[in-house]
Amino acid sequence: MIRESFIVLLSHWRRKPLQLIMLLLGLALATALWSAVQAINGEARASYARAAAVVGQDRLESLVQSDGSRFSQQIYVDLRRAGWLVSPIIEGEKRIGGERIRIIGIDPLTLPPQARQVDVMGAGIGLKNFITPPGILVTSPETAQRLEGAALPPVAVVDTLPPGTAMTDIGIAQSLLEVEGQVSRLLLWPTQPASAKPLEETAPGLIRRQPAVESDLSRLTDSFHLNLTAFGFLAFAVGIFIVHSAIGLAFEQRRAVFRTLRALGLPLRSLVILLAAELMAFALFSGLAGVALGYGVAWALLPDVAASLRGLYGAEVPGTLTIRPSVWLAGIAIAVAGTMVSAAGGLWRLWNMPLLAPARPRAWGLASERAMRLQALSGIALMVVTGALTQVGSGLVAGFAALAALLLGSALLLPPLLSSLLKLGSRTARSVLAQWFWADTRQQLPGLSLALMALLLALSANAGVGTMVSSFRLTFTGWLDQRLASELYVTARNQDEAQAMRDWLVPRSDAVLPIWNAETRVEGQPVQVFGIVDHATYRDNWPMLAQVPDVWDRIAASEAVLLNEQLARRSGLGLGDPVALSNGLSLPVAGIFSDYGNPKGQVIVSNDLLVKNFPDANRLRYAVRIDPAKAARLADDLRTAFALPLENVIDQASVKSFSLRIFDRTFAVTAALNVLTLGVAALAIFASLLTLSGMRLPQLAPVWAMGLTRRHLAGLELLRSIALAALTMIVAIPVGIGLSWMLLAVVNVEAFGWRLPLHLFPLDWVRLAIFALLAAGVAAAVPALRLARIPPAQLLKVFANES
Amino acid sequence: MDWNAAAGMLLALKDVSKSYTTSEGPIQVLRGVSLSLDAGENAALTGESGSGKSTLLHIVGGLDTADSGTVHLDGRDIAGMDDQQLAELRRGTVGLVFQQFNLIPSLDVAANLAFQARLAGRHDERWAAMLAERLGLSQLLKRYPEQLSGGQQQRVAIGRTLAARPKIILADEPTGNLDEATGDAVLDLMLGLQAETGAALLMVTHSARLAARFGRRFHLTGGKLA
Repeated sequence: MIRESFIVLLSHWRRKPLQLIMLLLGLALATALWSAVQAINGEARASYARAAAVVGQDRLESLVQSDGSRFSQQIYVDLRRAGWLVSPIIEGEKRIGGERIRIIGIDPLTLPPQARQVDVMGAGIGLKNFITPPGILVTSPETAQRLEGAALPPVAVVDTLPPGTAMTDIGIAQSLLEVEGQVSRLLLWPTQPASAKPLEETAPGLIRRQPAVESDLSRLTDSFHLNLTAFGFLAFAVGIFIVHSAIGLAFEQRRAVFRTLRALGLPLRSLVILLAAELMAFALFSGLAGVALGYGVAWALLPDVAASLRGLYGAEVPGTLTIRPSVWLAGIAIAVAGTMVSAAGGLWRLWNMPLLAPARPRAWGLASERAMRLQALSGIALMVVTGALTQVGSGLVAGFAALAALLLGSALLLPPLLSSLLKLGSRTARSVLAQWFWADTRQQLPGLSLALMALLLALSANAGVGTMVSSFRLTFTGWLDQRLASELYVTARNQDEAQAMRDWLVPRSDAVLPIWNAETRVEGQPVQVFGIVDHATYRDNWPMLAQVPDVWDRIAASEAVLLNEQLARRSGLGLGDPVALSNGLSLPVAGIFSDYGNPKGQVIVSNDLLVKNFPDANRLRYAVRIDPAKAARLADDLRTAFALPLENVIDQASVKSFSLRIFDRTFAVTAALNVLTLGVAALAIFASLLTLSGMRLPQLAPVWAMGLTRRHLAGLELLRSIALAALTMIVAIPVGIGLSWMLLAVVNVEAFGWRLPLHLFPLDWVRLAIFALLAAGVAAAVPALRLARIPPAQLLKVFANES
Repeated sequence: MDWNAAAGMLLALKDVSKSYTTSEGPIQVLRGVSLSLDAGENAALTGESGSGKSTLLHIVGGLDTADSGTVHLDGRDIAGMDDQQLAELRRGTVGLVFQQFNLIPSLDVAANLAFQARLAGRHDERWAAMLAERLGLSQLLKRYPEQLSGGQQQRVAIGRTLAARPKIILADEPTGNLDEATGDAVLDLMLGLQAETGAALLMVTHSARLAARFGRRFHLTGGKLA
């Protein structure tokens, strides 16, 4: 009985293969986009974990300066003599051939076993080669490739290091970083001899730092990955609309079969279990296909995501994917969960369906006025929640909750709103066909509402994210013009060359402005401190968001500091608040400036103050002011005079175009996810129209019989889809603007630390509208074409009551 | 039948044949059927299931085409008409009433009543109001088809057809889904209004009792007129 019943239930799909394809495709696509995001996130997080684990930072305590600055190697010697089991580490960034590489210097002889990520004693390297000049740079394969041809010690490749990192002997590293005799921190062995003298006596300036459970990078990038996850979930939700629609339709079409099976003696419980088993099989199949497809999408998107992470956070993520069981399991789990959520309503109705319930193939589509009112009320309630969360909520989770409430609320409000508009259209129509067209469209609404809601979500997300990105780009471009006011930016290869270059440039230019910087910690966060000289370049152009009246005078007098927006927001610092920099130096904030695209906090002080308080500051870079017409010539002369590589002398236009390239690449993944989500929504419309088309004949045949041709009816069907898509697009624009405002004013502030003004781009909406109408037209074309070519005999079946 | 005389009538069919292709091979539904009907006449078309009654009605109404033979309706040979011409014929000349009522579910009773007349460009408010009154629909004009009983729906379907003032009404078992009393009442109305408007009426029915009330009767057996 069970086997026969199952065969009967499955026979539905054999008769309706297209419906089955839509169900499987919807589920696979939904799972694919979700899994793609999970695979990307997984790859990035694994990379952060590798970075965090370098030389045991995640497991071992360290001794550091309270402000995070480097200190003398002599302290290490003193501690060893005092009996402490410590190992010195030097860390720093070095620009090699246009690439920033994190150099880590270790002492392999004293390194605790827990920190031995690289086996320097191994045959591939050898201790002697490692510690004696020229030494060996140990890197990941990707980094080794990037370093090819650079004037560096020989490179050895290992898989255990994250990209962008090179490990070498401490002496070699000090020399590469030009910080001889200094260390960044001392790794503490897990157990220390009881006889060791107290730390306060031997190294009073050092403090113990606990192992980092979560790296700075992981914390910084959390919001980026949350953004991706939210997008993945949105795409999943849009895909699930297709699944819900297909399952709902299949349930209603099989009502008569359910009734017959039950009448023939199949218990209700068995019927429900059989249906659940059928759906589970579909979910497993689609889930597996979806995850495989997701890996394909992730593979295509990962290079852009890696570029985004590097551009936004300086995080290095390899461009290759690892097959992770967790992604497969999560993908299949979400496919099963999505299917069960989509089927829950149908199974519940079946559970409560009386044995003699009439088979009404269109019952699922006939939403009552009451249900519509309830939906409208829920939508309004969610809008109120959105407003409340925006006003009183705080944090990224509240931001995303508000976004979700806005999107879901709008989606719920769409069908009642469209219904009202179509009712108005029907009432005000003059011709009989127009009156029928609007009234009939309104009647189709319940059957199409899920697909239209999916389209609304996709269009709103597209309009909203598009507006956000375009607003950001406009602001960013203006900001670049302000921030990159100098004509040339030059970088010397070492201190002596920097001094010589400066001497060479001064008589040949209008001004040579140092871009010197050091690293420190403010409020526990790593920040960069820049020193500037008093010059009109800054007074006239610097992109200030807030400032005290005499800001530049106070900076020049070393009485105050400037903070970038992200540092001010993260630390809760405002104008006048004191900022503790180092060695007891504390100055008030005189201004806050915008600093888009920079993952790090930044403090600007007078150059004198920087030199005095940060003696090991990097002093290799300068900005050069000169008549723009003479800039190219000066750049050539400078390169010739100092035999500088091309990338060490960059003109303003190149920096701007490079920055914009990074910007565009950063949002390439967003654009790709946007297009994929729209594609899924278009598929949802196609699936709904196709499944509805078979049920439309009883409504269309009488109109045909009363004198309309099949082609005319097909044209009206096409027009109906386009009209619904157009109305949905009109609703999507204000929702998109709301979404964009929330992204700019709430989510971005929490995620990146900067707030951007909202700009509107109507031409982008026109483009999106054209796409939406085309998508709806293409989706409706197949059912319309079928209608135009349907044999009259099939239409006549409607009147013979045989269909 | 005198074909020359018949050709001058409102409806004249000569040697009409029709077959359908099925998975078990072709099925001959009509075999050389000839009949005629003049304006104001009413006729019942009877026959067992599968005898070709509905097919014949569909061919006359321009919903389907004959394989061979000629069909003259209102002075025109409809056998050679294309899709557009057949649509115009259905809109302007023919009125169809079906067993399943086939009302437009998205329109209320008033809009359903006026639909075909407005499509044909012959809508007359007073005529429609009179029909609604005669059919007992005046109180139901704002209701939707799903809110009506079967008898009420069929009365709307008849009203819709008559409102367009067609030259011929083709009814396919219009009382088939109604109980006997309601069916009789619907037929009374239909015959009465048909006589008043001067339209011809060709009605398919299974019921010999109902067929007896028509001026003429045709009986189909195995695709041929008996």
